[in-house]
Amino acid sequence: MTFMKKTLTTSIAVAAATSMAISSAQAEISDGEVRIGYLADMSGTYRDLAGPGGQAAMEMAVEDFGGSVNGAPIEIFSADDRNSADVGANTVRQWVDQDNVDLIGGLVASSVSIAVSKVVEENNKLAIVSGSAASSITNEHCTPNHIHYVYDTYPLANGTAKAVVDQGGDTWFMLTADYAFGHALEGDVTKVVEENGGEIIGGVRHPFPTSDFSSYILQAQGSGAKIVGLANAGADTVNAITTASQFGLTQTGQQLAGLLIFLNDVHSLGLESTQNLLLTTGWYWDLDDEARAWADRYYEEVGARPTMVQAGIYSSTMHYLKSVEAAGTDDTEAVRAQMAAEPINDFFARNGQIREDGRMVHDMYLAQVKTPEESTDEWDLYNILSTIPADEAYRPLSESQCDLVQN
Amino acid sequence: MTMIFGVPLAVFMGQLTLGLVNGAFYALLSLGLAVIFGLLKIINFAHGAQYMLGAFVALLGFQYLGINYWLALILVPLVVGGFGMLLERYLLRRISHLDHLYGLLLTFGLALIFEGTLVNFFGVSGARYATPDVFKGGLNLGFMFLPTYRAWVLVAALAMCLFTWFMIERTRLGAYLRAGTENSQLMQAFGVNVPLLITLTYGFGVGLAAFAGVLAAPLYPVSPTMGSSILIVVFAVVVIGGMGSILGAIMTGLAMGVIEGLTKVYYPEASNTVIFLVMILVLMFRPAGLFGKEA
Repeated sequence: MTFMKKTLTTSIAVAAATSMAISSAQAEISDGEVRIGYLADMSGTYRDLAGPGGQAAMEMAVEDFGGSVNGAPIEIFSADDRNSADVGANTVRQWVDQDNVDLIGGLVASSVSIAVSKVVEENNKLAIVSGSAASSITNEHCTPNHIHYVYDTYPLANGTAKAVVDQGGDTWFMLTADYAFGHALEGDVTKVVEENGGEIIGGVRHPFPTSDFSSYILQAQGSGAKIVGLANAGADTVNAITTASQFGLTQTGQQLAGLLIFLNDVHSLGLESTQNLLLTTGWYWDLDDEARAWADRYYEEVGARPTMVQAGIYSSTMHYLKSVEAAGTDDTEAVRAQMAAEPINDFFARNGQIREDGRMVHDMYLAQVKTPEESTDEWDLYNILSTIPADEAYRPLSESQCDLVQN
Repeated sequence: MTMIFGVPLAVFMGQLTLGLVNGAFYALLSLGLAVIFGLLKIINFAHGAQYMLGAFVALLGFQYLGINYWLALILVPLVVGGFGMLLERYLLRRISHLDHLYGLLLTFGLALIFEGTLVNFFGVSGARYATPDVFKGGLNLGFMFLPTYRAWVLVAALAMCLFTWFMIERTRLGAYLRAGTENSQLMQAFGVNVPLLITLTYGFGVGLAAFAGVLAAPLYPVSPTMGSSILIVVFAVVVIGGMGSILGAIMTGLAMGVIEGLTKVYYPEASNTVIFLVMILVLMFRPAGLFGKEA
């Protein structure tokens, strides 16, 4: 009897100890699962630059990581924000409250990203913004809970405009969308052009949106400027470029400088109308062997070449998962610290580093769209002209208005 | 260099020419609206969507059936116009005895349905319709480089406008039409099939919109929302010209294109609003429109 009692007690003690060990391991990964929400425009204007392709990239990252972190499985949630800040913020609120999602990824329209960054800050979760342009996301809107990963308006203006002036494009005509984003970009470009010895000799602020650019293109031609800068985005840029091509703008010696153009824009416009266009990009699929290898895998999965945003979604998801693994927890603060501590060098980012304001700085590239004769297939679209080093590309911390930066 | 109000003559002439090209679109679209309103008293809010359908049918016809531009220019207005006749026969006719507002609501609803359905399948970014090879390149007019296709648009649209005006004002069929809308019972007593005449007229108006759509396809991205952005301007043009006046619609369309074009030189920020400013002035001083008869 004594013997049995003793055995029973021992086994209970062993069982208790084992279960305690298990529960302490689980405490490190909340709910025993790493949960990632993918939020993006899945059906509207920005669908092709992130959208379903971005989700596929995120799934690839999870699969390549092995589907689990320290034994805890990784689960992906996804939703369409329809480019609405309200829809985006509400979706994230639901994910955080009900599903205990740890990380929000994707994030395209700047307005959605800013709204979501507030929600993750209130709930102490993490967000990685990959698709948005506004540099204010890590400037006046910075939080300790989000990271801006792929690019922003600062290098777009700084990279393209500076390089163009350096190459002799010293007289500019600005074609600007007449609203806040266009004005901001125009301001940045003007500053860069003038600082580098160039001159803005004319410009037009066109209503947003505009479908007929013929009149503005004619004015740009009449101005005699060497460079026509496009401080607009999306459909406006596409329309402006098409019209410029119809009016033979580039054939008469003038050059277009696109300030916000994605691979899918160039692909859908075709090389005939975009040839020789200068642009700044965070990544290009044909950059080198490593980039090509990943792009080939993506192509098999999705049937198109990835944009910088889609590649950035893979890279950032991978970096997050590695940081969770290294930190041994999915606790926001610990993971955020781990992510910043580790430099990022993969097929996407070169000399990548997450700063205290949440900006991931990395090498950017100045590219020129190929001519139809140079291009060997439908996705062979850019010549990379030069690299803009990470420490020059982005807004320096000394100019930052972010509260997290000690100035 | 000769200057006109501080703008070089060459630039001024260039903008004038482009204004005429855009004006030709306004003329063609407002003409369709004017024909439908003048003869049927239907305020056709689906006109923009029908213009968009024209561009879409041309694009899809090219992609899936290999229908070339010239064939599309003839076939697409017939197809979309035929579809318009079905709408008239089975939907609009049912409410023809009610107030105009019901027709406006019905056509507006239809426009939303067409747009929404196409957005669902094709998204909003739009696709490109290649410019026909004959029209690649441009003409050097001395003061500007005018893409050949735009010159063609101007010619084709004006020819179509004149043809329409001639048909309605100068032929027997046109006379029947005008008489039928004036007093349909009397016309029926004379043995004219007035309901058929009305269906054909609506179909013709819709066909004009589709024709404009095919003309626009190589110029602008073909997207489901391309109609709604132009429709409001076209309505303003019709109001300025005078509801139901055919010649008025053509002349006003061209004039508004030119005014808008010149605004783009002198004060581009206002180029989207200048037509509405003119509309307000016209409504204040000549409420029936520039070419309309006082009611």
